[in-house]
Amino acid sequence: MTNRIINHPVLGELDLSNTVTFTFDGVKYTGLKNESIASALLANGIRVLRRHEESGTTRGIYCNIGHCYECRLYVNGVQGVRACLTPLKENMVIESGKPLPTTVRDWRPKND
Amino acid sequence: MTNIIIIGAGPAGLQAAITLAKHNEKVLLLDEYMIAGGRLLGQLYEEPTGEWWNGVEKSNQLWKRAKKLNVDIRLQTSVYDLERKDDAWIVHTNNGSFEASKLLLATGAAEKPFSIPGWTLPGVMSVGAAQVMTNVHRVSPGKKGIIVGINVLSAAIAMELMLAEVNIVGMTLPFKTEVTNKSSSPIDVMDSLLHVSHMAPSKFIQLGSKLMKGQWMRKVGISLYPKNGVKIWDVPILLRKAVVEIIGDEVVKSVKLVTIDRYGNIIDGTEETIDVDFVCIAGGLYPLAELAAIAGCPFYHIDELGGHIPLHNEQMKTPLDGLYVAGNITGIEGAKVAMKQGEIAAFSLLNDLHDGSFSENVEQAIESVKRTRNEAYIQFHPQIDEGRRKLQKYWLNNQEDNEFIS
Repeated sequence: MTNRIINHPVLGELDLSNTVTFTFDGVKYTGLKNESIASALLANGIRVLRRHEESGTTRGIYCNIGHCYECRLYVNGVQGVRACLTPLKENMVIESGKPLPTTVRDWRPKND
Repeated sequence: MTNIIIIGAGPAGLQAAITLAKHNEKVLLLDEYMIAGGRLLGQLYEEPTGEWWNGVEKSNQLWKRAKKLNVDIRLQTSVYDLERKDDAWIVHTNNGSFEASKLLLATGAAEKPFSIPGWTLPGVMSVGAAQVMTNVHRVSPGKKGIIVGINVLSAAIAMELMLAEVNIVGMTLPFKTEVTNKSSSPIDVMDSLLHVSHMAPSKFIQLGSKLMKGQWMRKVGISLYPKNGVKIWDVPILLRKAVVEIIGDEVVKSVKLVTIDRYGNIIDGTEETIDVDFVCIAGGLYPLAELAAIAGCPFYHIDELGGHIPLHNEQMKTPLDGLYVAGNITGIEGAKVAMKQGEIAAFSLLNDLHDGSFSENVEQAIESVKRTRNEAYIQFHPQIDEGRRKLQKYWLNNQEDNEFIS
């Protein structure tokens, strides 16, 4: 957890006592209990949260308040969970969003 | 059945809930986030009195007061639909559906983005996202970042990031397109910055802004404006630079900057690259009003209030039966104004529930909002009063039209 702002001139010292462990794409990490999954991952240096369903390009946190839906992940097997709105719990199994196995059909006429 | 449902546990929603609960109303307060407070959570600035406005602390105080008064607060509850059935509003959420005779929308504001090439790369985030990461979650958004978009919100957040020792190489403009328009023109941006100059500790900026009240002086000022910027709170304000591309393979690695003239046009051959690992996009705030639209409320676009505003009167009532609004959904202003608006909405609701016996409280709350607005330390839009007047005119027209029809 290297990216934490531990000392702050106004907000004081960060309480790091309540830690939990979780996995992201099979790798074990430590985070703070009940912080957002998004902040736990960023604190561990992880920016890439998913790959676009169609193009496979990378996506991460954008708005951090639940509005943009860019940070959706699999949490304990549930699809489309927003990392920025979900509190981190002990032993959570988190997986990044992946491209779909088959391409989405292009419905536009051929000569469009 | 609960009498009242409030959507949004930010400063407006929390204050409304507290006021209602104090008068023995049963209130259900819903919010999508995991902590109550809304946009207030991220705020952190020093007031002229020398006291710190600490959003996390203020939010916690409001939440505790509401809890103590037995407000039913349900966090992590996303509202996805509203329905009007008979005399009730039905609110559909991921945690079930709820019903009430009165509904208060206090959904706040969201941030406008600039879609710069490369903006989907991880490491690019809204400036508010960086604020919440830094002040609420206490995680640094990165090692070295740049802010694209110079406005009241981004200037305030830049200061907060510096306070937490997050390295910001500068604040720049987005490049000029039909969409970015005013946000990409140095003259217009300088114009808007004049209204926050009192926040700048630098005498140069304070003095400079006094000299630049006139249009002609501003043009000269921009021409003379140093290409390497002027520092506010140690953050270089690069009014003569624009970001044209965000570069990276899997994540952000750098940004491409160009020098621009005073109208925002790119000067050829001035490209340079700066290494960063995060980019904050700051397009300003707009009222988050989708639920008012679903409810069927009429809207008006009012620039001074930040976007499309659901029609409402000074008592925070919409033309729809039992539907009220408060906070940034009514226009972009600070948290203190939002709290006072929550109070108006609460008294308005009480007044309607109890045959007009709270009309004096409503009037007092309206006056209190006006006072708070005039004393506001950070004013997001200088013409906020003008915007509010415009909306009142629309309201009166709407009332007249309805009378004419009936």
